[in-house]
Amino acid sequence: MAVARRSFDAVVVGAGGAGLRAALQLSEAGLSVAVLSKVFPTRSHTVAAQGGIGAALGNMGEDSWLWHMYDTVKGSDWLGDQDAIEFMVREAPKLVYELEHFGMPFDRNENGTVYQRPFGGHSQNFGERPVQRSCCAADRTGHAMLHTLYQRNVRARTQFFVEWMALDLLRDASGQVLGVTALEMETGEVMVLHARATLFATGGAGRIFSSTTNAYICTGDGLGMAARAGIPLEDMEFWQFHPTGVAGAGVLITEGVRGEGGYLLNKGGERFMERYAPNLKDLASRDVVSRAMATEIKEGRGAGPRGDYLLLKLDHLGPEVIEKRLPGIREIAKKFADIDPVKDPIPVVPTVHYMMGGIPTNYRGEVVVPAFSNGRSDPEAVVPGFYAAGECACASVHGANRLGTNSLTDLLVFGKAAAESIIKFLQENPGRKDLPKDAAERTEARLARLDGQTNGESVAEVGMEIRRTMQAHCGVFRFPDMLAKGVKKIREIADRASRTQVKDKSRVFNTARIEALELDNLIEAARASMVSAEARRESRGAHDRADHHSRDDSNWLKHTLWYKDGDRLEYKPVHMKPLTARTIEPKVRTY
Amino acid sequence: MRFRIFRYDPDKDEKPAMRDYEVVLDPHDRMLLDALVRIKEQDDSLSLRRSCREGVCGSDAMNINGKNGLACITKLSDLKEPVELRPLPGLPVIRDLIVDMTQFFKQYHSIKPYLINADPPPEKERLQSPEERDELDGLYECILCACCSTSCPSFWWNPDKFVGPAGLLQAYRFIADSRDQATAERLDDLEDPYRLFRCHTIMNCVDACPKNLNPTRAIGKIKELMVKRSV
Ligand SMILES: Cc1cc2nc3c(=O)[nH]c(=O)nc-3n(C[C@H](O)[C@H](O)[C@H](O)COP(=O)(O)OP(=O)(O)OC[C@H]3O[C@@H](n4cnc5c(N)ncnc54)[C@H](O)[C@@H]3O)c2cc1C
Ligand code: SF4
Ligand code: SF4
Ligand code: FES
Repeated sequence: MAVARRSFDAVVVGAGGAGLRAALQLSEAGLSVAVLSKVFPTRSHTVAAQGGIGAALGNMGEDSWLWHMYDTVKGSDWLGDQDAIEFMVREAPKLVYELEHFGMPFDRNENGTVYQRPFGGHSQNFGERPVQRSCCAADRTGHAMLHTLYQRNVRARTQFFVEWMALDLLRDASGQVLGVTALEMETGEVMVLHARATLFATGGAGRIFSSTTNAYICTGDGLGMAARAGIPLEDMEFWQFHPTGVAGAGVLITEGVRGEGGYLLNKGGERFMERYAPNLKDLASRDVVSRAMATEIKEGRGAGPRGDYLLLKLDHLGPEVIEKRLPGIREIAKKFADIDPVKDPIPVVPTVHYMMGGIPTNYRGEVVVPAFSNGRSDPEAVVPGFYAAGECACASVHGANRLGTNSLTDLLVFGKAAAESIIKFLQENPGRKDLPKDAAERTEARLARLDGQTNGESVAEVGMEIRRTMQAHCGVFRFPDMLAKGVKKIREIADRASRTQVKDKSRVFNTARIEALELDNLIEAARASMVSAEARRESRGAHDRADHHSRDDSNWLKHTLWYKDGDRLEYKPVHMKPLTARTIEPKVRTY
Repeated sequence: MRFRIFRYDPDKDEKPAMRDYEVVLDPHDRMLLDALVRIKEQDDSLSLRRSCREGVCGSDAMNINGKNGLACITKLSDLKEPVELRPLPGLPVIRDLIVDMTQFFKQYHSIKPYLINADPPPEKERLQSPEERDELDGLYECILCACCSTSCPSFWWNPDKFVGPAGLLQAYRFIADSRDQATAERLDDLEDPYRLFRCHTIMNCVDACPKNLNPTRAIGKIKELMVKRSV
């Protein structure tokens, strides 16, 4: 099969918040850029973000990037890299102002400045009291941000490849990244996109769990492509369970509800968070609130006929506040829980929400991997030509637990930083390296296998197995025997995933084939998560093990790296030294 | 539950046909999209777009029992059987329930859907009062699903010339923004027998919008502004 080729300065895979912010920078720099997305850009999952963007603007009272930094490091349970965190919180205000200048419809204060609401884990003066730091547009912040960024890209005449799915990452013998192969969904044609620089902004992989706030398209494609090309995945054991997914449906109810004054009740009507986090209560960090909820349910204090959910009360905010600040939530509660929150509490459960891990990068958005050269080993050697930003990347600013609002901040800051790194790289490396002759081989083999496979299992069946296994073996509370069994099961499922069958053989918009290709990525994300979780023998942030109840800094203050090749793990140190600030030393984490 | 679904694969079908399906639903299957995912487990060749499953991404607009809507927020319990599903009317079908949205997005792009303000931006945010910001409510929330434009007869007849309700709603979103300086230019662009004035206030669009937005009102406001500036 002769595969067509096209050449660009840069290829951006993903048109969510991170991809669009990066694309804007690259287009405005006058480069030839191709931006690929599985869906029309404004359908990317950033559109679903509700609560806000974290930035210490100080519009509602005193705030400082140092406090934002402290909260983020503490929220990460000290697994976040402090240089990257300092970089992010210091860039954040600038990028929020810029977004405002682009036309983002932020909510406003009487004096005309951007309105900011309180959010979990964000505090004034190093944990003293809640601060209002989340810049929002009602409870549709992600929608407003994604559309604004798309609009700005329309103005910049960015070139989009809409409904193109990247399939594999291309590297040459030296390891340099030279683009991707991709499938045009409408025609079924495969093309090689040869690029001098490649940026992944492919978002999360929440679809490896059965109960998730993530969209159908969040299948971890960037992770799968990177892993197949020999790039390790970092800290994949850390999955955030959001405290308030609608029970049974998984759809998210933003933490902004609690920011605006809502709180959680158990079946006895008790505001139980007062017991678990006397200071910040319902606005403690997400891992803390989710564990408290799971404990309430486990100990028989859950609400509902089966005692399997808790109640989020917000009627006391009054219809005006709910209509003004949380209109989308009201819509969701009515549609997915059949209740009107103006009158009744919303049934909620902890639900998989966010992947703290991902493709390892530094704070410049460059992908970094351990390498051995000149007799010395470097845990973070730059992979030339390869960049990642957003949820698919691990910078790591979120460490073991992300604070709400810090992902949208991450998209803006690292989307832009990665683009700037690309611009510099292209200036310093003006040539174009040739593609190896067999560049498209892996992709062709995958497609040929799918076309030829008979008597295989259905993709839906194997996908379901992955989700069931992750949910049962790798949940809010993790048990050593369950994890060990989980590893075994996931390895078996990986085997089955390589023998799936697609009945639909059409070339035109073959969504069955697309789902099969996504499965190849889901399984890598799942395997990385389970294997990394089984190995980490401590409890830190979102990773809570029944046999090792506390954080163990002397043995585990380190990042996990999972390699697909050999299904093996390595570790690398956490950056404890910020860029300019003083190190925030690990201590016991209470809220 | 019973369904009749429009099927067409240009790769193998000579012409479209309606196909019947019967599925056993799970108690958790609440919305039409849940049922479609289940049908796809039986017959993987059924093609549709979907992503967020909560009514915010705009992917799964289709014609449901004769009315445009989003499958993911259409309750199964509200639907009459057999549920008849067709692609959005008025746009070319690519396959099954997937339509070619090129024309729709072209119209959206034609209204310069971005803030125009030539002043150098201040160091911090541009100020905007809460009242000025309120003007954007009911406009910025559009998810570009095309339910409205594909229910509008004027758009069916002139998809290349009439901007359509979705595009006009967004045109007004920027006109209404206190930070935008291009009102005159935007009005000039729309002052045209087709681009704006093909709208005959038939109101199908308002009925179809799954986000409860009101393109007709926005169109009315644009017309008002045109009248105002001509006197
Ligand atoms: C319901 C919900 C609410 C949230 N609320 C908040 C909030 O209030 N504040 C906050 O900070 N964070 C929030 N988050 C988290 C945050 O929204 C996400 O982490 C973030 O939007 C991810 O952005 P992204 O740009 O990395 O990826 P996405 O927006 O997911 O975009 C991924 C892009 O990659 C493309 N893509 C993927 N694979 C391929 C492929 N193989 N080929 C081509 N293209 C591909 C997709 O088409 C898409 O364009 C929320 C998350 C959810 C689920
Ligand atoms: S009111 Fe105008 S835009 Fe809306 S459906 Fe009627 S003609 Fe179309
Ligand atoms: S106005 Fe409503 S129906 Fe029309 S595209 Fe926007 S959200 Fe969809
Ligand atoms: S799937 Fe996103 S709107 Fe229905």
